[in-house]
Amino acid sequence: MNKKTKTRTNTIAGFLGLPYEVYAVIFIVIPLIMVVWYGFTDASGHFTLSNVASIAQPSNIKALWLSVLLSVGATAVCLLLSYPLCMFLVETEKHANSFLTMMLIVPMWMNFMLRTYAWQSILEKTGIINTALTALRLPTLRMINTPGAIILGMVYNFLPFMILPIYNSLEKIDKNVINAARDLGADARQTFIRVIFPLSMPGVVSGITMVFIPALTTFVVSSLLGGGKILLIGNVIEQEFTLAYDWHVGSGLSCVLLIFIVISIVISTITDKEDA
Amino acid sequence: MNKELIRLEHISKSFGTKTVLDDLSLTIHENEFMTLLGPSGCGKTTLLRIIGGFEMPDTGRVLFAGQDITNLPPNRRQLNTVFQNYALFTHMDVAQNIAFGLSIKKKSKSYIDDKVNYALKLVGLEGFEHRQVTRLSGGQQQRVAIARAIVNEPKVLLLDEPLAALDLKLRQDMQYELIQLKNELGITFLYVTHDQQEALTMSDTIVVMNQGYIQQMGSPEAIYNEPENAFVADFIGDSNLFPAKFIRDELISIDGAQFKCVDRGFGENAPVDIVIRPEDVEIVEAGHGTVDGNVTDLIFKGVHYEMCIDVAGREWVCHSTRPHIVGEHVGIEVDPFNIQVMKKPESEDEEAITANE
Repeated sequence: MNKKTKTRTNTIAGFLGLPYEVYAVIFIVIPLIMVVWYGFTDASGHFTLSNVASIAQPSNIKALWLSVLLSVGATAVCLLLSYPLCMFLVETEKHANSFLTMMLIVPMWMNFMLRTYAWQSILEKTGIINTALTALRLPTLRMINTPGAIILGMVYNFLPFMILPIYNSLEKIDKNVINAARDLGADARQTFIRVIFPLSMPGVVSGITMVFIPALTTFVVSSLLGGGKILLIGNVIEQEFTLAYDWHVGSGLSCVLLIFIVISIVISTITDKEDA
Repeated sequence: MNKELIRLEHISKSFGTKTVLDDLSLTIHENEFMTLLGPSGCGKTTLLRIIGGFEMPDTGRVLFAGQDITNLPPNRRQLNTVFQNYALFTHMDVAQNIAFGLSIKKKSKSYIDDKVNYALKLVGLEGFEHRQVTRLSGGQQQRVAIARAIVNEPKVLLLDEPLAALDLKLRQDMQYELIQLKNELGITFLYVTHDQQEALTMSDTIVVMNQGYIQQMGSPEAIYNEPENAFVADFIGDSNLFPAKFIRDELISIDGAQFKCVDRGFGENAPVDIVIRPEDVEIVEAGHGTVDGNVTDLIFKGVHYEMCIDVAGREWVCHSTRPHIVGEHVGIEVDPFNIQVMKKPESEDEEAITANE
């Protein structure tokens, strides 16, 4: 009787995932298969490696290299901003840091494009900063359409994805584990290096993955803050689809990017497993 | 008594408006097994944390071997702590956990290896060096936590309810192991628990605490047999705790019935509290005891039966190996030596002691 009930609950529980499973097949699995199919075929439907190989073209290599460089930079800035902040948030009382937490979350409620447009109007030649500088009779700055502007846009948009996992992993550390390290003779610095940081590694790795991948693949940030002059791999792929109407090359390049993403995810899964 | 090792002088501590410790002074001696015993919220863990260096007292001083360590951070104190829930480093294996303190002190590898092996042997975990601590059972984790503390050769080991998370059988085994360990190491143990049985089994000295005050301090026998107030009597073991009148020296009256006792000097006709342990209540034939009553409840407890006897509206609890059925009319007798007379609380502070029973 008991066993029967259990089996039935399992069957029902199995169906609970069905709506999403259908959704995932239609909107994730099928498109992914289509990308791979387009990527490895030519216009006549024959198998070819030339789409994937087009990554080797100097302009594409340059875009990929720049993408990696800028997203590594943005990830590093996010990490350097987030870690100390999370240490602070974990240390202080909940009610004291709720304002700060709010400040982190509020921008996330606004549309991603809108936020990036806002930065455009701040950084523009005749934007808010330069208008202010002119009013103060100071020389204006060239900010828009620079790699710096793109990194800024990436950091602004993706920072919460670094903060949340790091905060979670730091918050999970039992206060007595830190006390134990102090009790066993470690000073504050040794406690951080040997206990706190290693225990927060899963959060750091997951934060890095969650910032690096969207930064690597973005084309919105780079087209709005790069002014079309700085091409990232995301822009190249976008243009293959929207300007050149070459779905095969676009898909081929996407497959290359997919490999980078899979590698990042594999690395983060391995690190997570080691800590579990 | 051995040499004095830790002395607490007039320690007070509040969190917000809540006073946790109030002008508390205490001396701990070398090689003593001292237990801080009390209900949750009595301040015992806070006191341990102050000694460990994890909390600062608002007022007062902590002296260690004559030196003021009140403001010293935990890493510079010659004592180690076994934390509740063990607080092991989950990113290290068993040997790395135990070696942590020694490697911070930059000891040589061979010294560390020797010490780790010795500690593992001491806690019965040989061969566990390279196990992940997360894969160990609660009892094994507790042993690692103890080994991690003792390899540093502290003068005092602070233990914060170390057995609270273990099941009963394992807890009893670990109690004996801890006593053996303490004898082997010859160091001072300061042990925090809310379990009176644990305290009675293990301690040289028990400090009963409630609401930030020390209620009574003494050997387990003294605490059990001669509780100084109603709180201690009630907290330590089962007891019949009654209001009574101290008629004159060596004579009291409970609900009008006169009992001989051995206490003197509480003042004629003074109101007092008395405590009689259930095992000291003797059941005799009706009419042959000091008072008579009816059995209202009978429960088999394993070693003995527990009976409730209604004597003129007051319930007496009695432990005996011989059962008396519910409804039986019986007599009750108490050896004068087994009646413990206690002063009634007078001041407000003392009143507070009994308020939250």
